[in-house]
Amino acid sequence: MNLTLYVWRQKGPKEKGSLERYEAKHVSPDSSFLEMLDEVNEDLIKSGKDPIVFDHDCREGICGMCSQMINGIAHGPDTEITVCQLHMRKFKDGDSIYIEPWRAKAFPLISDLMVDRSAFDRIIESYGYTSAHTGGVPDGNAIPVSKVNADIAMDAAACIGCGACVAACPNASAMLFVSAKVSHLGVLPQGEVEAARRVKAMVSQMDAEGFGNCTNHYECEAACPKGIKVTFISRMNRELLKAIPQVEKKAAGGGF
Amino acid sequence: MQWYKSSLGKKYIMAVTGLAMVLFAIVHMLGNFTIFAGPGGINAYAAGLQGLGPGLWLFRLALLTVFLVHIWMGVSLYLENKAARPSEYAMKQNHRTSFSARTMIWTGVILGAFIIFHVLHFTVHAFHPYYATFVDAAQRHDVYRMVVMGFQGFPMTLIYIAAMVVLLLHLAHGIQSFFQSLGATNDATLPTLEKGGRGVAVVILLGFVIVPITIFFGVIRL
Ligand code: HEM
Ligand code: FES
Repeated sequence: MNLTLYVWRQKGPKEKGSLERYEAKHVSPDSSFLEMLDEVNEDLIKSGKDPIVFDHDCREGICGMCSQMINGIAHGPDTEITVCQLHMRKFKDGDSIYIEPWRAKAFPLISDLMVDRSAFDRIIESYGYTSAHTGGVPDGNAIPVSKVNADIAMDAAACIGCGACVAACPNASAMLFVSAKVSHLGVLPQGEVEAARRVKAMVSQMDAEGFGNCTNHYECEAACPKGIKVTFISRMNRELLKAIPQVEKKAAGGGF
Repeated sequence: MQWYKSSLGKKYIMAVTGLAMVLFAIVHMLGNFTIFAGPGGINAYAAGLQGLGPGLWLFRLALLTVFLVHIWMGVSLYLENKAARPSEYAMKQNHRTSFSARTMIWTGVILGAFIIFHVLHFTVHAFHPYYATFVDAAQRHDVYRMVVMGFQGFPMTLIYIAAMVVLLLHLAHGIQSFFQSLGATNDATLPTLEKGGRGVAVVILLGFVIVPITIFFGVIRL
């Protein structure tokens, strides 16, 4: 099939960007969206032009690197998948496709479709861990975890930190990401001990990064490739309410 | 950082002040229904409120504080959220959000203007100073006469009904938002709260507009 692409081209963070038109010819419906872009890039390189810069790594839907706004939808028109898992059979011959980078102050643009998502890394560094003693391997079932809590933790841990929640949010808020990270440790006995300090540290790092505030549009849930629910945000709101009255030594990452 | 300066803290304040105003609106609406008991009903109710003396002023002060804090937080959330996305998408599709959610700041600003107008109209009597001189047979302020005269013209009726439609829009998103912001939702209750919130918003709309509508059609008259 033949497609018309409108791709955001911007040399660097300081340069001015614009949507450029490209023709993608003889695209196989079986190819993935990134493979389609690879072919467009090959043509660009052969004709001496700069290829389109985009992020990718695993190409199997688990690393969260491939970040593209496709026709105004984070990760494109299919549900609960990343761009690398999106197939061209989702489009029709003759379609026009708009491709833009994630847009958020906290995700500064590097080039074309590539943005810097290290704000997420700094949020994880602030308290996305548990303080465990090292030593011998603990007994498998030494700490009982209920099936209910294990499931909640697993649902939250499915987050791959791709940033689609921020990209889709009308306020560029990162609350779905942060709530997933706060919850997946907080509901387990190993992480519960530090739950109050964790939520304070991670929320203040999130604020420091310049993400927006959640106003409950729930666009993040619709965009999340891992189906993470906005009720995790509710859980985080609850967790911080419980944590505020607890005055303790400030965590290394900050807090309040 | 202080908790109330954090993103979540602002949401808590927004939610609590929003709920306080929703509860006030419901009580206000129920109070309005005393007009269906005739001049005796609403005039006695109004005289009862006036009789609270300093209590009334304390209540007004609390409500004013809630009102101002809600506006302050709302505007600062709006500005921060604008700043968090400096460049807009050329194309953006939404799947979950609603018209009412996307227009909270604007319905809020219109409500703020309406509330000032409303207080000037019926509390301060700024447009019709002679409203203050209405007295009923029992020597009470004749609120019944003031309200019926207040809704004589079509423009005034329209302003009030339009403002209540704006309130409907604000609350259709706001009520469920309150529960989510305070962490009182889960997978089972959120869909119900979204529907229930819209339902309550419609009930509040109907409860308020019934008074100007019945007066406009002459069901309630002097
Ligand atoms: C006076 C002018 C007002 C302004 C400027 C205003 C503005 C706002 C804004 C910007 C939001 C939150 C933004 C969002 O969630 O997208 C909000 C939320 C809300 N407002 Fe208002 N509003 C006003 C009046 C009112 C009134 C009169 C009521 C009730 C009768 C009300 C009830 C609520 C509720 C329940 C919420 C949800 C709180 C939450 O997010 O948890 N507001 N308002
Ligand atoms: S490239 Fe790893 S998730 Fe798409």
